[in-house]
Amino acid sequence: MSETAHGSSHHSAHHIDVKEFHPRARAAIHNPQVRQNFRKAMDGLMSKRKSAFEGWDLETLRDLGANIRMRALASLPDLLEQLEQKLTENGITVHWAADGDEACRIVRDICVARDAKTAIKGKSMVSEEMELNHYLEEQGIEALESDLGEYIVQLAEETPSHIIMPAIHKNTGEISQLLHDKTGTDLSNDVEYLTANARLQLREKFRNADVGISGVNFAVAETGTLCLVENEGNGRMTTTVPPCHIAVTGIEKVVPKLEDVTALLALLTRSATGQHITTYFNMISSPRKANELDGPEEVHVVLVDNGRSTIYQDDELLDTLRCIRCGACMNHCPVYTRVGGHTYGTTYPGPIGKILMPHMVGLDEGRHLPTASSLCGACGEVCPVKIPIPDLLVRLRQESVDGDKLHPAKVRGHGAKRSGVEAMIWKGWSWMHARPGLYRLGTSLGARFRKLQPGKVGAWTQYRTAPKLAPKTLHERMKERGQ
Amino acid sequence: MSSRDAILQRLRNRTGGELTAPECDFSVLDRPDWSTAERLDMFERTIESVHGEVHRTTESGWIDRLAEILQSRGAQTLLIAKEHEIGQALRSATKNREDLPQLLVYDEPIESWQEALFNEVDAGITSTRGGIAETGSLILWPTADEPRLMSLVPPIHIAVLKANELYTTFHDAMQSQNWAAGMPTNALLVSGPSKTADIEQTLAYGVHGPKELIVLVIE
Repeated sequence: MSETAHGSSHHSAHHIDVKEFHPRARAAIHNPQVRQNFRKAMDGLMSKRKSAFEGWDLETLRDLGANIRMRALASLPDLLEQLEQKLTENGITVHWAADGDEACRIVRDICVARDAKTAIKGKSMVSEEMELNHYLEEQGIEALESDLGEYIVQLAEETPSHIIMPAIHKNTGEISQLLHDKTGTDLSNDVEYLTANARLQLREKFRNADVGISGVNFAVAETGTLCLVENEGNGRMTTTVPPCHIAVTGIEKVVPKLEDVTALLALLTRSATGQHITTYFNMISSPRKANELDGPEEVHVVLVDNGRSTIYQDDELLDTLRCIRCGACMNHCPVYTRVGGHTYGTTYPGPIGKILMPHMVGLDEGRHLPTASSLCGACGEVCPVKIPIPDLLVRLRQESVDGDKLHPAKVRGHGAKRSGVEAMIWKGWSWMHARPGLYRLGTSLGARFRKLQPGKVGAWTQYRTAPKLAPKTLHERMKERGQ
Repeated sequence: MSSRDAILQRLRNRTGGELTAPECDFSVLDRPDWSTAERLDMFERTIESVHGEVHRTTESGWIDRLAEILQSRGAQTLLIAKEHEIGQALRSATKNREDLPQLLVYDEPIESWQEALFNEVDAGITSTRGGIAETGSLILWPTADEPRLMSLVPPIHIAVLKANELYTTFHDAMQSQNWAAGMPTNALLVSGPSKTADIEQTLAYGVHGPKELIVLVIE
């Protein structure tokens, strides 16, 4: 298959139309099972996070997290070069990919060079971005997910609905039925039984896989160390048992100092699942050395850009790249909790998805993402690295109507939602506000004829009452009070 | 131009101009100066809250305790390192006692005995490079003598921890041991047995790694 054919075919097959946000949201809201599954899970995660930070000076810790990430971004190109140099010295091979397609081809080429037919995967959102599984399958390489949630989602031929808990949209009964249909286990609501069966099935796969593919949580430039955060041990299996390990990561995951990971880890696990720490924090700095008895003989890192260097150009949008992928913003999002992760139709759902995905799919395709929010601010309040998510949503809303003179639009697909009528109304509005006499006349006429105001204003009044003008304008009332 | 050079060039020629790096003050991670006993209590409480098991014992008593623990689990085989003093002590102990399981020594590359490791080993015992009280974590730096899979594949992982090697925080441990000077092939923090909550947030242990983590604390 030619390179170009891959680009188009692997995107068309699995592609969900991001633009169809509203029909999916409507369907999800009317699905009591989805509502119940998400509500229960998100309530649990919110209270666990809260208790995990008890006794901490959380604001100062979040400041530290934000500063560590900003310090890393401030010297990003130098750190990437340092990381490359350190990893190479340690015996790890470094690859660079401009986009998901190039990253997929790099992974394929490594597999082909080793004559690898089967890959076992640890959890990686970047590999979801790349649509790696689907691509490898097309190339005749089996790619099996080993994180239990990802395994369930893969068996169901779905995509993750949450970045930390991929199968959170399903309940035990649904999973039991799925495992029964696909792997022949008995129907059971005993989670231990279901887990034990998955362990048996996947252990065979770990033993026989030719390649292990993982993500990366933090990449440390000073020591050339890849850090993986997990509870199950599938990440350790993936990076230790197969003879070759390929780690895929976004270029923004690099931090300068090993010390930096202590604070980021403290923030990540508590924000994500309310754990003081995960079961495993796995730090990999080298392939198997000559005298060692296990571990992969080859380790590769694929540094994936996929739009990140474009986000990097703008001072405000840059904050998006601080993200450490904890998922706290979605756990606390009133919209996400009600519509669920699949409604967004994007790799990353919820608030972080709404500010990240428009850069990957463009504001034309992702036009509904920045507006799928009530701007309540919860996401920004819980973000462990203080990304001003609500501000970035507003910025992207401006971008989608082409910004203004002060804030010219920069994001791909900008102006996709621009309407000539709306632009004219706002122009008139600003023209009138710049003329005090006209403004007073307008508002007092409005107050006088308020009975003529329409009671219904399109979609706005579907669930709300229309706002009514006051009988007297503010200017009139102030005058009466003699001020 | 290669993707590498194109990416680096784009990052270097940032349209927003140069960025300034903020100061990072790590003092928020500091904890009071706990005594060894306080650290041990904290460690025990924290690791037990995530299903780890702690047994306080002594230099002379740990083998007896280990034998009891393994017998109660019906373990038939125990994987040990070839050179480490833990393995040496167990090997000489089996010469005059019957209550220890059969000892298997990890002295061959994994390729030659992978199936046996996955299917025939009931427990593995490793040393630690200390522990972390605040998070209830063990520090493991696998070596050629104590390979990586010893603490991962067998259903029971037993870790030996010296009480005086407990640090208060991860930051403490890393700074005191000067990790930044050079990292091993693989370093780990292990905080409990393998677990998952991916099925409706219900906890289940031993999904891929050990189902049980037993810590022998030498006081």
